[in-house]
Amino acid sequence: MSAASGHLKAIWNWFRRDRGVGSSCLARERLRLVLVHDRTNTSPGVLEMLREDLIEVISTYMDIDRPAMEMSLSRNGDSVVVIASIPILGVKRQLPGAS
Amino acid sequence: MGEVIVVTSGKGGVGKTTTTANLGLSLALLGHRVALVDADIGLRNLDIILGLENRIVYDLIDVVEGYCRLKQALIKDKRLEALCLLPAAQTRDKSAMSPDQMRSVCSELARDHDYVLVDSPAGIEQGFRNAVAGARRALIVTTPEVTAVRDADRIIGLLEATGIREPELIINRIRPAMVRRGDMMDIDDIIDILAVDLLGVVPEDEAMLISGNRGEPAVLNGSSRAGEAFRNIARRLRGESVTMYELERSRGMFSRIRRMVGVERG
Repeated sequence: MSAASGHLKAIWNWFRRDRGVGSSCLARERLRLVLVHDRTNTSPGVLEMLREDLIEVISTYMDIDRPAMEMSLSRNGDSVVVIASIPILGVKRQLPGAS
Repeated sequence: MGEVIVVTSGKGGVGKTTTTANLGLSLALLGHRVALVDADIGLRNLDIILGLENRIVYDLIDVVEGYCRLKQALIKDKRLEALCLLPAAQTRDKSAMSPDQMRSVCSELARDHDYVLVDSPAGIEQGFRNAVAGARRALIVTTPEVTAVRDADRIIGLLEATGIREPELIINRIRPAMVRRGDMMDIDDIIDILAVDLLGVVPEDEAMLISGNRGEPAVLNGSSRAGEAFRNIARRLRGESVTMYELERSRGMFSRIRRMVGVERG
């Protein structure tokens, strides 16, 4: 980044400084997460167990990028959805029960 | 027949009692007959906030146990004829009464008063169940803190089960300067998360503590911003349309310039 654009960015940031860059974003996100668990009566630990089981099942068929995997509960209107993003590195050539 | 409204929050220390006292006085100032019920049995405080602690003879438990008539236990406010307080018992606990008994006290009070405001104890146990028993309407008090909003959400869920129609939210102790620098959740964040109607916002104000010291609620103080906010909430409560408290008012010069040049939404 050139010096000029660095300065521009600093000026831009000064103008933007009161737009949710403080701890309120963190408060909002933590609250959203904890309320999803409160409202669905699920503990965060249950989600962790589900995550491990999902990994096990999917790994039977595919190689997955475990560290890059993301999973969360989310509210969609009145209902709650499990959202999982599981990057696939490749499909296994030998599947169980195929022999 | 008056309206019975419970003031509740789940979490303690967010301003339920202060809210009850200030709304009660505001409604009485507007010419309504108002009864305040302290349902926090064992930890009574509404009398102190109102400056009426020296006048208590009988209390809520004396009424339900038949030691006195309801009228004998009501304490007339020393400033406003139209306001009275039914104090909680200080040496008993929540199990000393039942939701049915609260229901009958509330309906008796609603016969002679336009508004009956019930100050609920913190928590979700029997004290809360007693406090909501006689109410048709609920005000939820919260502060812009993660813990208070979480507890408010739990209370909203519990109120749904009691058949109280849409609860209304009061956000207390908001600090505009902290909201502006992004270190405090703002009104929209909280409304969005809780999905309830907003009745009003009260700014943090040192005058509130001084009011508590004196037993003179802030609505009686013309220069208190929190007092002004409570007076507005009382008017909304009775159906008037009053513009929401503006955080903008205290905005500084730089913010106004930023808005003028268009880098900030107004």
